[in-house]
Amino acid sequence: MGEEVIGILYGKVPMEALLTVSFTMFFAGVYGFLTRKSTIMMLIALELILNAADMNFIIFNRYLYPGHFEGFYFTIFTIAIAAAETAVAIAIFINIFRNTGNVTVDKISEMKE
Amino acid sequence: MLEQIIFYVLMTISIVFSILTVTTRHIIRSATYLLFVLLSTAFIYLLLQYYYLFAVQIVVYAGGIMVLFIFAILLTNKPGEALPEYKMGRKLMTVLISVAGLGLSLFVVYKSFNKMYQFVDMENLKMQELGTTLLGTSKYQYLIPFEAISVLLLASIIGGIMIARKR
Repeated sequence: MGEEVIGILYGKVPMEALLTVSFTMFFAGVYGFLTRKSTIMMLIALELILNAADMNFIIFNRYLYPGHFEGFYFTIFTIAIAAAETAVAIAIFINIFRNTGNVTVDKISEMKE
Repeated sequence: MLEQIIFYVLMTISIVFSILTVTTRHIIRSATYLLFVLLSTAFIYLLLQYYYLFAVQIVVYAGGIMVLFIFAILLTNKPGEALPEYKMGRKLMTVLISVAGLGLSLFVVYKSFNKMYQFVDMENLKMQELGTTLLGTSKYQYLIPFEAISVLLLASIIGGIMIARKR
């Protein structure tokens, strides 16, 4: 027990602690995606999920393969894709708001009729 | 020692604010909490010695995407209005699913990781090397994804204009 406390305080940051952060972020995103009615809130939850995936790439790359940069480049591409996806999704939501006056998921069902 | 303390502060901030992001009733607060989560993620990248990614995360996520979100929120919501929500049963079910998934993942991580890896300092990535890697065509170089991203960005610019334009 004492050795573990000293290891936490003086060693390097353990990989498990970083993975705890990213997993918590991911499952918070899953919870938000399933319990929100506003589409913009669902998009915010989706950003949390993407951010957690980026963090996972970086953590595994940094700890298991230091000196290689594959996860790093994947993260750069993922950030670019996330930006493009958010821009298009928000354009669609603003257009839906202009046509129906609402962005909650249970009130925009007339689009399919 | 100092690194440890900074990391645990960042860990607390990002966990607390990512939970607050998905549980608060007001949408503008939720966007603000998301900004804090993205910034603390950027500082975790800095702690892991990825300086370029720190800059990209702040510029693209905390700068660009957050401005888009705040614009969209102010265009589509009345300020100060609480959001509609699902019934309590569905929320409890989702909490159960999320906590079960988190528990399973963390169990696998803490159970099966041994301590063989260690954090070693690495050489800083040179900007020149980054440029040749993104624009090269040999092994471990990424010209085709780079060009695919550029076509995707062009397509999303045109799509955004076409969708949001007034008829």
